[in-house]
Amino acid sequence: MTLARQSARWRPSELLVPTPEGLFCPPAGIHIDPVRPVERALITHGHSDHARAGHGSVLATRETLAIMALRYGEGFAGSQQVAAPGETIRISEVDFRFVPAGHVLGSAQIVVESRGLRIVVSGDYKRERDPTCAGFEPVTCDIFITEATFGLPVFRHPSAAGEVAKLLESVRLFPERTHIVGAYSLGKAQRVMALIREAGYAEPIYIHGAVEKITEYYQAEGIPLGEVRMVAGTDRKALGGEIVICPPSAAQDLWARRFPDPVTSFASGWMRIRARARQKGVELPLVISDHADWDDLLATIREVQAGEIWVTHGEADALVHWCGTAGLKAKPLHLVGYGDEGEAEPVGEVSDAAF
Amino acid sequence: MNRFAWLLDRLAYEPRRNAKIALITDYLRTTPDPDRGYALAAMTGGLVFRNAKAGLVRALVAERTDPVLFAMSYDYVGDLSETVALMWPARHGANAVPHLPEVVESLREAGKTDLPRLVASWLDALDETGRWALLKLITGALRIGVSARLAKTAAASLGGVPVDEVEQVWHGLEPPYAELFAWLEGQGPRPEARDPAPFRPVMLSHPIEDGDFDKLDPAEFSAEWKWDGIRVQAASGLRADGTRLTRLYSRTGEDIAAAFPDLVEELTQDGALDGELLVMRESAVQSFNTLQQRLNRKTVTAKMLGEFPAHIRVYDLLVDGEEDIRHLPFAERRRRLEAFLSRLASARFDLSPVIPFASWEELTAARADPVSAGAGTDAEAVEGCMIKRLDSPYLAGRPKGYWWKWKRDARLVDCVLMYAQRGHGKRSSFYSDYTFGVWRSGEAGEELVPVGKAYFGFTDEELLEIDKYVRKNTVNRFGPVREVTHDAGSGLVFEVAFEGLQRSTRHKSGLAMRFPRINRIRWDKPPRDADRIDVLESMLQTKG
Repeated sequence: MTLARQSARWRPSELLVPTPEGLFCPPAGIHIDPVRPVERALITHGHSDHARAGHGSVLATRETLAIMALRYGEGFAGSQQVAAPGETIRISEVDFRFVPAGHVLGSAQIVVESRGLRIVVSGDYKRERDPTCAGFEPVTCDIFITEATFGLPVFRHPSAAGEVAKLLESVRLFPERTHIVGAYSLGKAQRVMALIREAGYAEPIYIHGAVEKITEYYQAEGIPLGEVRMVAGTDRKALGGEIVICPPSAAQDLWARRFPDPVTSFASGWMRIRARARQKGVELPLVISDHADWDDLLATIREVQAGEIWVTHGEADALVHWCGTAGLKAKPLHLVGYGDEGEAEPVGEVSDAAF
Repeated sequence: MNRFAWLLDRLAYEPRRNAKIALITDYLRTTPDPDRGYALAAMTGGLVFRNAKAGLVRALVAERTDPVLFAMSYDYVGDLSETVALMWPARHGANAVPHLPEVVESLREAGKTDLPRLVASWLDALDETGRWALLKLITGALRIGVSARLAKTAAASLGGVPVDEVEQVWHGLEPPYAELFAWLEGQGPRPEARDPAPFRPVMLSHPIEDGDFDKLDPAEFSAEWKWDGIRVQAASGLRADGTRLTRLYSRTGEDIAAAFPDLVEELTQDGALDGELLVMRESAVQSFNTLQQRLNRKTVTAKMLGEFPAHIRVYDLLVDGEEDIRHLPFAERRRRLEAFLSRLASARFDLSPVIPFASWEELTAARADPVSAGAGTDAEAVEGCMIKRLDSPYLAGRPKGYWWKWKRDARLVDCVLMYAQRGHGKRSSFYSDYTFGVWRSGEAGEELVPVGKAYFGFTDEELLEIDKYVRKNTVNRFGPVREVTHDAGSGLVFEVAFEGLQRSTRHKSGLAMRFPRINRIRWDKPPRDADRIDVLESMLQTKG
């Protein structure tokens, strides 16, 4: 009698439920990407809106743990446990498995499985090739919990290599001007550098102080980024014709005005929308995103063959509408606290301090 | 098409004039005929397609996309061409990317029935930027911050000639301008200006400075009122077939004749006139605000023609009959102009009166009181004086030593900074656009009401200081706008200078300033000592 009840299939909301802290798994007592301090947290990747300090214990990939330690200090959580990609970790009667998400170095989806019900929490993900991290691996499931940062059919990212070609073309056209590329300091900055190298650009790339630690970590992990120099300590007036990578807020700040006649660039999926680029005073928008675009969201949803789709954050309404037209059950979770790409990064203090 | 799209894309994001010119020149230099010619035509407004309109684009996208998703996307993006360009569903195996000449020629020639299929096939073959450029081409409004004059300037720099030389031959040319490029690149002769009513580059003046009068002999000068209208050039001549062509140009050479049939039909003599576009009712010049109802329109309704009758107050004659008289002295041109206008005998064209004066003191007095110095009821539309050497030829551009403008003294008012917004271009990281207000009695006591916005008048050093002030005193953020502390005790006071004041229903204060600018920053002045709205109201009354 007791056994039968225990092995009865979970209703989905018994296995994972949205709470103000984030997604909660009651049978295991864990939260996924909690936005407030909790006892036990599973973390998909190191971006600050998903990976926060102050949890009792954290289970994440080796890279994500290292990135959190770089950002928050070694004591960012009471205890840490490494999740090896593909390896199953059982907590109570729930199996958890971390699978590459292709978002940034160390990013993972979390497969939550118990009593024959399999839910995949995508975290943030993309499908486009990225030389700096492992690619997304689709996992078939009953319920797919997806992000929808770019969940509108106007978001179709062009090839990142083509966008970088635009940057290098501009450097050729304006050899006396410094090209300042705003890029999220974890992931995007390093991906842009790697793509610049793949395009054959061999000059040193200059970086803002806020990008330094993560870049060094990427290099230590064996990702070739070529010669990277710090802006701090060089004469900025002498950097005409060079490429400088900095956090998005610094690109718009006084910090950026001290270079010779700077070209303001910004690498983000939001740059697809002209008004967004203009509002930010961006002259050279680069549509390079670490999130799935509309086509890839749809392709992924089809690929994982889930009967039900939950949408965590972003432009959920359009994606939910599309699921309806495709005959899929879908609902928005309206999780709060997960930011827009490149706009959630609190670097104001960093850039002000870096004069 | 791809390269043209790339150019439009870069131009749309480039705030700096010189960089825009560099981009266009680079494109024209590296792109073959006829592609570059059609691109130049697109940027100078030289392409008009009768059958290709925005409605066609809407119909096409409705066939291809889910209406709910389209509505959500349009709402998010806010621009039809861009939304369609971004969400157009790719069809794999679409035919090759069309070339710009193919697109332009087909859009011109294709009938209403063929167009949808044709445009859809191009949209299939192009990438997002290509689709956006194509749709901008079809809907007619590029909106990339490039004027016809700027595009011609870029073309001129191909051949290292002044832009005015390009202007002189421009109206005899047709897209794709092969002759023009051949000439500019030294491969062919200068194209003949066959246009019977071409644009002639206008002559501009310098502001007069206080010390200038000491060096100038009043006997060598003539003075006129400076009218607060729009500088225009009206040109008329006969085509080879004997029919009349009359054009009306803005000061940058854009043909605005289509919006002013009331003027065009009245100019029935060969020649080219330089004057001020005004709206007149019952022989009285109306305010600039009234004139604005007629500006920036492609066409005009009969109702507008009746309510806002256009008029040109003429001050110079460049061509008399078929004779170019720009080399003649101003006094001689003026005599010719008087004769021309009496021959023309149109109530729509009248002579800009001269202000009699024997000494600079007399002119100073006239400028201070235009009503009694001859401007009479039109004095409201006077924004100062023009001073012209009697022997000055009519020269393109802003030559030194011939013409001066002497504007009326600006009005000054002390306002409180309320909101600041980041600027563009070189100022893109600075808070350089300021909304300021004056005091009035509100329901909850004294309150500030915004009366205007200014983004110049200060030095670069002052900009840095204001920017720092804004960052330190932000109380609220609305997207790109920051609300700055503004109460009786703390805030920043600007002495704002402006030229004119009008009633306006669009502004909360009911007032609109003309040419407001920051005259001085009053770091010393507490906001409670800034002006009240009554001061502005009284300026309105004295004007009327």
